[in-house]
Amino acid sequence: MDALQVKKLSVAYEEKVVLKNVNLTIPVGHLTGIIGPNGAGKSTLIKAILNQLPNKTGTVHILERPLNPKDHTVGYVPQRNAVDWDFPTNALDVVLMGRYGHIGMIKKPSTKDKQIALNCLKDVGMEAYADRSIGQLSGGQQQRVFLARALAQEAEVYFMDEPFVGVDAATERTIIAILKDLKAKGKSVFVVHHDLQTASDYFDWMILLNQTITASGPTEQTFTEDNLQEAYGGKLFFMDQTKSNKSFN
Amino acid sequence: MLTGNLLWVLIGAILLGVAAGLNGTFAFLQKQSLVGDAAAHAALPGIALAYLVFQQKDLPLLMLGAAITSALAVYMIQWIVGNSKLKADAAIGFVLSVFFGIGIVLITIVNQSGSGNQSGLNDFIFGKAATMAKSDLVWLSSSALLIILMCLLFFKEWKLMIFDPVFAKGIGLPVERLRVLLTALTVLTIVTGIQAVGVILMAAMLIIPAAAARFWSNHLGIILVTSALFGALSGALGTIISSFRTGLSTGPIIVLCAASLFLISYFFAPTRGFISKSLKKKTFKQRNVAKEATNHE
Repeated sequence: MDALQVKKLSVAYEEKVVLKNVNLTIPVGHLTGIIGPNGAGKSTLIKAILNQLPNKTGTVHILERPLNPKDHTVGYVPQRNAVDWDFPTNALDVVLMGRYGHIGMIKKPSTKDKQIALNCLKDVGMEAYADRSIGQLSGGQQQRVFLARALAQEAEVYFMDEPFVGVDAATERTIIAILKDLKAKGKSVFVVHHDLQTASDYFDWMILLNQTITASGPTEQTFTEDNLQEAYGGKLFFMDQTKSNKSFN
Repeated sequence: MLTGNLLWVLIGAILLGVAAGLNGTFAFLQKQSLVGDAAAHAALPGIALAYLVFQQKDLPLLMLGAAITSALAVYMIQWIVGNSKLKADAAIGFVLSVFFGIGIVLITIVNQSGSGNQSGLNDFIFGKAATMAKSDLVWLSSSALLIILMCLLFFKEWKLMIFDPVFAKGIGLPVERLRVLLTALTVLTIVTGIQAVGVILMAAMLIIPAAAARFWSNHLGIILVTSALFGALSGALGTIISSFRTGLSTGPIIVLCAASLFLISYFFAPTRGFISKSLKKKTFKQRNVAKEATNHE
């Protein structure tokens, strides 16, 4: 079974082409990194897959079906700066939002939904902060709350946009442990990531992207110097860093 | 003074205050308060047009006219922002003044026509709650109740839509339709309040109670209740005070009452109020100084 299948996907903002003829087939059960330089269209790829963009052509299948939010198969962690953290709500409430799709319009969350939300907060080590208003959380804690909300969706395929940006080391370890646990449970996880140093440790599958797909496949086959060179173009500074890192290991 | 009719007026003003307090909180959090202000000003040409077309002062007809031009103004603001390089503030300022200008011209025409002098349309500019007829109050109250009901029904959906629209769309919420519904309800709130409060200051009923309530809590549910309370209190006080004196408009008095509540909230609200925050900063500093001192010992 394929977790994700993308055919001939192209996206343009106004007149600028951001993604060009993207084709992907990725089987279920992988922890996939979406890697590429700034402006490569990594976030755009996720948003296009999740049907959030108007100017897109091509087809997307998730678990071999067209995306339908009513299936509750897809969980999503947006970039942390995509929302206003001064919004009057607390951590548990945000996690509970992950249940809204299951609860349905107008209806109230049940005790069971609240219990699920609380358990998800516990999974990310944030149960002590359930009543804390979100504006008072640190960046790492906010990111954990976002992850907990995605867990509360009880989805099969997860998409996460830069979950490691601006978080502390402990949060990064917590998040990666949870992602690996999701993979162990047979879920599929796609993560936009820009840190080449950690990429090969974190992900067993990689999509190298720079407006179009440079490579996609198991990490050991795709995370090669040639492919990175192609995806990153002339930005050799990054290349040298990864190379020296590799030789150290 | 407190005649039988004034009691009805009071009930209407309280319901209007609650409706505006609830709806206004959502608009405030969505950062759409100024769009509400433009929509309120844009109600004036609609009122005048409805009067010119139907030649009578039935509140439902005038409300209908007001709703049409208000909605048109909101649509125009969105269209300008979406289709030009102009930013929202310029678009709002432009639409607000153009619609209001047309409204004033039309009201002048009505006032100069034969029947116009008695039309009392001038009351729609600054509001005159105390002189509202009972049948008008029934319209006002039912419309306010409808707004209150909708705010309670869609509490959860609007909360998520405003906080994180991308996620909301991802889980299958009809975000666009929810947004239109909220805007439509804001227009309805304005239209409901125009006779009592007036087009110029109606937006204050949407903005000030919500802004004041924000100081009292970080929890949306509590903010909504507080905002509704402040709205009801300002509505009631404004109505009573303006009824004491002939010629005193309701809108300005309501705004003064709401502003007083805002100032009290700004200074004295626990956790987010000015005094509480200053105190916290001070104790924090003192504690650090004390810590430093012990470190040096």
